[in-house]
Amino acid sequence: MPQAAKNVIDVKDLSLVFETNDGPVNALSNINLSVDGGEFVSFIGPSGCGKTTLLRVIADLEQPTSGAISVNGMTPSEARQKRAYGYVFQAAALYPWRTIAGNISLPLEVMGIPKAERKDRIARNLELVNLSGFEKKFPWQLSGGMQQRASIARALSFDPHLLLMDEPFGALDEIVRDHLNEELLKLWAKTQKTVVFVTHSIPEAVFLSTKIVVMSPRPGRIHEVIDCNLGSERTLDIRESPEFLEIAHRVREGLRHGHSYDQAHL
Amino acid sequence: MNFVRNSVIPVGTVLIGILALWYVFTVILNAPFERDQAARANTTISTGQLIENTMAQERPVLPAPHQVAAEIRKTVFDISPTSKRSLVYHGWVTLSSTLLGFGLGTLLGILLAIAIVHSRTLDKSLMPWIITSQTVPILAIAPMIIVVLNAVNITGLLPKAMISTYLSFFPVAVGMVKGLRSPEIMYLDLMRTYNASKAQVFWKLRWPASMPYLFTSMKIAVAISLVGAIVGELPTGAVAGIGARLLAGSYYGQTVQIWAALIVAALMAAVLVSLIGLIATFVNRRMGVRA
Repeated sequence: MPQAAKNVIDVKDLSLVFETNDGPVNALSNINLSVDGGEFVSFIGPSGCGKTTLLRVIADLEQPTSGAISVNGMTPSEARQKRAYGYVFQAAALYPWRTIAGNISLPLEVMGIPKAERKDRIARNLELVNLSGFEKKFPWQLSGGMQQRASIARALSFDPHLLLMDEPFGALDEIVRDHLNEELLKLWAKTQKTVVFVTHSIPEAVFLSTKIVVMSPRPGRIHEVIDCNLGSERTLDIRESPEFLEIAHRVREGLRHGHSYDQAHL
Repeated sequence: MNFVRNSVIPVGTVLIGILALWYVFTVILNAPFERDQAARANTTISTGQLIENTMAQERPVLPAPHQVAAEIRKTVFDISPTSKRSLVYHGWVTLSSTLLGFGLGTLLGILLAIAIVHSRTLDKSLMPWIITSQTVPILAIAPMIIVVLNAVNITGLLPKAMISTYLSFFPVAVGMVKGLRSPEIMYLDLMRTYNASKAQVFWKLRWPASMPYLFTSMKIAVAISLVGAIVGELPTGAVAGIGARLLAGSYYGQTVQIWAALIVAALMAAVLVSLIGLIATFVNRRMGVRA
């Protein structure tokens, strides 16, 4: 696939300073990162390390103070205007007055896609996340895990090549989270999307990623980038394997050296 | 059965309590007049006779509920609605200006809220004036509105309706500003990731999110619209409308007529508020609100 080699996200010397009442806060400091097409990249680190902020910069929801960033060879703003990415938030953020089908239809309506095709895409994407038959339900009638799956279907509905996910399973219990991790992996294999995934769970990052970006706080920076490819046919069992434990150990060491476990910060 | 247990019994109990109290006060407040009458005629009056008389006076201080009910029955059902003595006629006069004023006020309130939510300048400049407008006593400003509009040849329904509008735009404006700003940041960010236009954010997010606020403020607005319409009828010399009945009643000491008009006005307000509630329930159901 030619697209696989293409550089999707390119970040150079990027910094972001928030001006607060208590003075400036270095949310991101000298970030350098590149993400290739088809990769699954996780940002991991403790709270305050800027992982969500970095994702929001990629999505043009925050503006960097200095440095350069390109998404699909464009500025994040241009990429956003071209609807280059789908964004999945920490909460499902489904509009409560819309049915599940209505929620998935939302981006398609905004983008002016005709009704017949909307219907088609709603059905296709609900099937992709195993929610067929729930079209007419309202969000409150679904469990938290199902709601988050619907929000993934919504992000995929306009077929962006890039999927940005901000701790999408953070609010779910571990059993549901494991299940959704497996499903997400299958989805990624099937759709060939580039995924950028924010998490603070080491097993989740190791299980899902082709590349793990270990970040550390104050100021938010990249401590280490760990390659991680456990083969495409992974199941949850792989978490018992030595390779898995070895990478998980490296991530944990990286977090420790990045002072993530400092007493002062806990 | 639930309706009986949840609504009829509690509301009915309070109603019976109010009626009982009302009868007690009817006797207490009207008794001095009966005693005076008896003293003037140099006769004594038995307690039973006294109580009976207090509930049958022509111009009582406080008419008994059944007197008011009889007056309402007479003026609502027995007299033709085209007659100037019919409460249906007067009720309709007031209702039409209430509804016109309420409609205009709701529209004005919504438009103001939209402007305020979309413009920081308007937020800073308009909001203080909107609040100030409600600190002016309506009784003082109502005659001014009528007089000024009469001077520019606007007469009839509209000047009265303007007073209802003046009162009712406020809760709608304040409620809708809050409602249109109610969507969480995440919902707004989501629209931003779709590169949605301001109009799309409005129609697909802000407007539906504001519906609960709209109906709550409309309930308040419709009730004060009615008050506004009645107040608006007073300075016009009171030709027609519930306000006219109240004024005429007080000129001639017709307390029964005043109370009948009061009760009818209260019932009208209750019906109007319930109607808004019904519409809200219908809209809620369509918007999938959890029953």
